[in-house]
Order: sequence, then C-alpha cells, then structure tokens
Amino acid sequence: MPSDVGKAAWWFLAPALILIFVFFFLPVLASLVLSVTDFDIYAIANPSTTRFVGLANYSKLLRTPEFWQALRNTFYFALVGGPLTIAVALGAALLLNARLVRFKSLFRTIYFTPFVTTLVAVAIVWRYLYHTRYGLLNYMLSHFGIAPIDWLGDPKWAMPAIILLAVWKQFGYNMLILIAGLQAIPQDLYDAAEIDGAGPVRRFFSVTLPLLGPTMLFVSVITMIGYFQLFSEPYVMTAGGPLRATTSVVLMMYEEGFRWWRMGYAAAIAFVLFIVILIATLIQFRLQRERE
Amino acid sequence: MSRTFAGGFGSARSRRRVAQIVLYALLITGAIIALFPMLWMVSASFMPTGEASQYPPHLLPSRITFTHYRELFTRLNLGRYLFNSALIAVVVTAVSLVVNSMAGYAFAKLRFRGRDRTFRMLSLGLVLPVQVAMLPLSLLMKNLHLINTYWGVIIPGMASIFGIFLIRQYALSIPDDMLDAARIDGASELRIYWSVVVPGILPILATLAIWTFLATWNDFMWPLIVLSDEAHYTLPVALANLSG
Repeated sequence: MPSDVGKAAWWFLAPALILIFVFFFLPVLASLVLSVTDFDIYAIANPSTTRFVGLANYSKLLRTPEFWQALRNTFYFALVGGPLTIAVALGAALLLNARLVRFKSLFRTIYFTPFVTTLVAVAIVWRYLYHTRYGLLNYMLSHFGIAPIDWLGDPKWAMPAIILLAVWKQFGYNMLILIAGLQAIPQDLYDAAEIDGAGPVRRFFSVTLPLLGPTMLFVSVITMIGYFQLFSEPYVMTAGGPLRATTSVVLMMYEEGFRWWRMGYAAAIAFVLFIVILIATLIQFRLQRERE
Repeated sequence: MSRTFAGGFGSARSRRRVAQIVLYALLITGAIIALFPMLWMVSASFMPTGEASQYPPHLLPSRITFTHYRELFTRLNLGRYLFNSALIAVVVTAVSLVVNSMAGYAFAKLRFRGRDRTFRMLSLGLVLPVQVAMLPLSLLMKNLHLINTYWGVIIPGMASIFGIFLIRQYALSIPDDMLDAARIDGASELRIYWSVVVPGILPILATLAIWTFLATWNDFMWPLIVLSDEAHYTLPVALANLSG
C-alpha cells in the first residue's frame, strides 16, 4: 500500500510541479542566462545573433545614473511607504481591537475596501484628486492657507504622492493580519500589567509590541517585498516622471525589456532587484532575532 | 481603565465616555478617508463632461447624466473587457484551486520519497520576485504562440507556490485515521481526495478562491505584457490605455 500512496502522491503533485517548473523556475534560470547575453530586438527574430557578454550588462548597469536613480526611488518608496503603511495599519488595528468600540466588523470592512479595489482604477481617481488646479486635495489644503502643490508634476512631491496612495490602498490588508495578532495576546497579561500600575502607553510598549513581534515581522516582510516591486502606480500616474523621479526598478526593467527590447540588459535589472529583496528580507529576519 | 483615580475629574464612567468619543472620532475620520476616493469616483462618473475638472471641485454632480456609461459600452467596448477579465479570473481561480489543493494535500498527508526535499525546493520560489521570470516567460509564450491569447495570461496563474503552502498548512489538520479508514474501505486515492479531503478543507479553499480571483482580476503587469491586441485587453489594461 505505501508504494501505491507514493505513486498517487506524484500524480497529485505532477500538474502543479510541472506548471511551476516550466512557467516559473525555468524562466528564472533562463533570466540568469539572459542577463549575461546581449539578447535584443534582433535576437527575437533570429536568436543566433545573441552573444555571450559576461557581466557586461551588470557593469553597464552600475555605470548608468538612471539605474541608481531607479534604485534610490525604489528604496525611498519601500523604506518610507512600508513603515508608514504598517504604522497606519497598526493604529487601525488597535482602534478596532479596543474594548469600548462597537460596529467593529463594519469599520473593518470599510478599511479593507481600498485593498480590494483595482489599483489601475483608483490610481486614475487619485490623479484627479492630486490635480494642481482642480484637485480636491489642494482645495482642502487651501483652507489651511497652503498654496497649490503640483503633486504629480513636481519631482519633490511625486513620490510622496504615490506613497500616500499606496498607504491608503494597502493598510487594510496589514490591519487584518495585525488584528488577528492582537487577538492572540492573552487578556491576563494586560490585566496583570494594569494591576502593576502600567498605563495604556506602557502597556502598549511592554505587552502589545513585544508579543506582536512575529506578526509584525511577517507583515513587514510581506509589505516590503511587495513595495520593492513597485510598478503599476508610477506606470499609470506619472509614467515614471517627472524627471524620472518615480521610475522604479521594475518600471525601468519593463521599459528596457518590453519597450526597447534590450532583454539581456533588462534581465540584469531583474536580478539586481532579486538580490536587493533577498538582502532586505535577511536583514529584517536578523533584526527580529536580535530583538528577541 | 483604572478606577483608582475615579474621583479625580468626573467619574470612571464619564472618562470612559470621553475615551469612547475619541475612539469613534478617529474611526469615523479613518472611514471617511478610506471611502472618499471611491465615493467621489462614483459621483464623478455621473457628472456632465468637464465638471470633474472645475474649481472649486464639485463633490456631487450638478445634474446626473448616464452619457459616460452609455459611451463605455458603445464607443469603448467595455463589455468586451469585462468579459475578458471575468473569463480569465474565473478560469485561473477554478483550475488553480484544483491544482494547488491536490499538491498541498499530497505535501501534507501523503508519504513518499523526496517529499521534504521537493517541498523545500518549492519554498525557495517564495523569495523570487515574479518579475525575474517575466522576460524569458514572454519569449516562451511567444514560441508557444500564446502571446495575445487568454491562455498566455491564464497558464502562469494555474499553479501557485503560495496557494500550495496555504492548502498544505490547513490540510495538516485532517486526521490520518479518516484517510486510512477510507483506504481500508477500498476507496481509490482520487476518491479519497474528492470525498474526504476536499470537504475537509473547504474553508481554506474559499479563502484561496477569493484571493486568487481578486489577484487575477486586479493583475496588471503580466496582462499588459502578454496582451497587445485590444480585443483581448483585461479591464485594468484597457483602463490604463484609456486614461494614458
């Protein structure tokens, strides 16, 4: 019987493993190969024109100021937008976890709605809200005496504008996970801390945050990996501008690979992105371990 | 709330009251911010042409018009994009549920040689960003003549490492006795999967179904790469081109 089960197991696995191997792992390996060639638009018509170029794509990349700018923009988005998203999500989760609050599921649903909307659609709406002359955001700010800001046209403001949209769209998802984490903290601990004379702030820092550690790690790793892959927001809202201020690494890869068909070069960009994400993930795990 | 200072300012109950008001004020402010862009989107869709670009901005349409909706279906082929998006999302969701649940169940409950090694290999894929695969994948699709077809979008979504993980974690809780009992009764492995395992993991299948449908429906980058012919556009791709 065990060998029968073993045979059956491989039949159960076969569709998934074949699909994932052919349409994911194989392309990833091919991407690595592609990144050491000069595969371009001529090679698409006639692959034999492709030549091995070693690490030339990578060294060219490191000498290209546009790439460094894309890398900086991506880090800006991930390192400012990520923590901001998690802070807002944590705030919302704490509010919804408060004992005094009713209608919890109603508020939870409302806060979650931005996450399930289509990014391309809301990005277009936000483009209206951000409009320098007619936008509601500038209109509201004008009541506080703030002069109109050219949100998407000023290189200084374009990335903050995209971050604001991302925080609004993504916090609901992290909030749900954090609520689950908060509910897993035993009430006894809060009661004990209260008897010891700890106020709400002290209870938050001495009970809530430490016990939320693993959930926070999960949420921040997931958020950061997603944010390093920034693409749709700048594609729809700014096309990477103004002055490439919102061109992310993935957007640059898309343009090089699918607009100019410099696929070898674009594959090198993809791999640098992978290495960046890998290192950032390892750092977060290390930080978490040190805290424990 | 601590009761020791109850006599301080007001009673414990009135301090509770204040706390409650503050909490609700924050919650309602958050709800307005969360909903506002979408509500305004709906409101603006009924505004006569040009009213969404006026100063001061209008919150509600001065008169309600359905012109834009009529145009979407007549001049802009929205019905077609809607159909494309729905077709792709439904097929990906249905197929991936079967494929992922079979694999997740096998990893969780069936004993076979190389199980742990295969699973570890697979989990390595979780740290790989999908964009790394996209360039060669598009060349592969081109060679398979799947560029500009629904299958070009559907096939890469038919199995997911994340989905297999999710199902496996859940399937671990199925009691082995139940599976062995079915085996002793002479049920085939396929029968066991369909009549014992699937009913047992329905909650996680529902979660994964919603998740997959949403992710596919909202997906933008891969359909943008694969679909260059307008007749095959999904909604997000059509929308991005429309506004660009």
